[in-house]
Amino acid sequence: MTQAQTMIEVRGVGKMFTLHNQGGVRLPVFDNVDFDAARGECLVLSGPSGTGKSTLLRCLYGNYLTTAGTIRVRDGEQWVTLTGAPEQRILRLRREVIGYVSQFLRAIPRVGALDVVAEPLRQRGIAIDESRERAAVLLARLRLPERLWRLPPATFSGGEQQRVNIARGLIGGHPVLLLDEPTASLDAENRAVVVELMREAMAEGRCLVGIFHDEAVRDAVATRVLGLRSPTSAADSTPGSTLALNPATLASAAALTE
Amino acid sequence: MNGIEQPLLSVRDLTHTWDGVHGCREINFDLYPGEVLCIVGESGSGKSTLLQAVSCQVAAQHGSVRYDLREQGPTDLASLSGAQRRLLARTDWGYVRQHARDGLRMQVSAGANIAERLMAIGERHYGDLREVAGNWLHKMEIDVGRLDDAPASFSGGMQQRLQIARNLVTHPRLVFMDEPTASLDVSVQARLLDLLRQLVADLGLAAIVVTHDLAVARLLAHRTLVMRGGYVVESGLTDQILDDPQHPYTQLLVSSILQS
Repeated sequence: MTQAQTMIEVRGVGKMFTLHNQGGVRLPVFDNVDFDAARGECLVLSGPSGTGKSTLLRCLYGNYLTTAGTIRVRDGEQWVTLTGAPEQRILRLRREVIGYVSQFLRAIPRVGALDVVAEPLRQRGIAIDESRERAAVLLARLRLPERLWRLPPATFSGGEQQRVNIARGLIGGHPVLLLDEPTASLDAENRAVVVELMREAMAEGRCLVGIFHDEAVRDAVATRVLGLRSPTSAADSTPGSTLALNPATLASAAALTE
Repeated sequence: MNGIEQPLLSVRDLTHTWDGVHGCREINFDLYPGEVLCIVGESGSGKSTLLQAVSCQVAAQHGSVRYDLREQGPTDLASLSGAQRRLLARTDWGYVRQHARDGLRMQVSAGANIAERLMAIGERHYGDLREVAGNWLHKMEIDVGRLDDAPASFSGGMQQRLQIARNLVTHPRLVFMDEPTASLDVSVQARLLDLLRQLVADLGLAAIVVTHDLAVARLLAHRTLVMRGGYVVESGLTDQILDDPQHPYTQLLVSSILQS
């Protein structure tokens, strides 16, 4: 069996928040996180609230700064050390390599849903008509009513906004895709569409790293699970075991998509 | 996207103080083509001084500003003559002021305001000038029928949009903006911000935007510099600065934003 190409390499990564205006209180979130993630897989970050799943995802996007360790990302034939990279390099990685579906859509005043979704393509210099066409295909697939496409998503329901957000994250075809609870505000039918899209992305050889509280969704997409524990609870266990690697349960995988 | 591009602008160790105390000190940054950089900080932090020093409105006391001139490549702006700097400022640069009346000629028509820069570089054909001015009014969402009206009869938001058109008509590669939305009503701000967002993306403009409003930075800027007491205390990607601020002052600024 050939080894799938590694896309992300995380070594000894730690994150601590220092709140200078609260008397300098320090909040350790996680430390010593190591993992690799490869093409065609979906690595699920799991653990109770407060163990830093979203924080880790944000570190992988360069949205949060890490306090220790290194994160490296493959850009074609090149490995780029994201931690400490110049800002221009991180922006380029975001344009071309790392996509991110945040938990909530940050609406932009006056920009319609279709253009919100098309924007990642526009940033790469793809013509507006083609960008909008591809956005339309994705929004249709995500069953967003066509009458909403021209409207700014600020007034949409949570589920509608989330589908716009997912479309915006998926449209670029980024080789690495970070997903923070992409199905949290969706009903069963829409969840199934999103699961289908994620499985297609994996089949295309994209590398997914995500957080899914919904167990059925998690089981349908996970190829591996990375358990996160907070540094305090991990203190009494042996070093290196802070990171539990469990095989994903694939048993109910088909249930949602078929 | 192959290789690392050359910066459009390089600022090194730039210091300018008005009285030995107030101003900006030891500023270093590069700006790349098409990049929007916000400078945030409260009144008196030195952000407007920095903008004036970088754009050669005041002669900095120390340090250098290099700009990638179209004809000759990266050049220390201090080595240019006054006439060369003025030409640069009205062709390849724009400067949008907080109060539109400071950046417009209030007594001449909107069309003449837009055409002025073109005439200054030798464009004389009346019909062409009128057409270009009309196109820009349209782009800035101003009724083309207002071409012959003086800006004094425009609303504040329209005046600001006119000032932007007046600056962009020569297709500059770099635009300086000093609090471009601060003197506008909130409802008008969103429209202007959206227009600016589109323009910088469509025209591939680089911009340095001074603002005290972090929401403006979030919407417009790839990167942000945070200033306090004349110094840059933190710099980074805008979303990183706003979501994971490191410096005590930035943390205070970010935590002071009202949640909507």
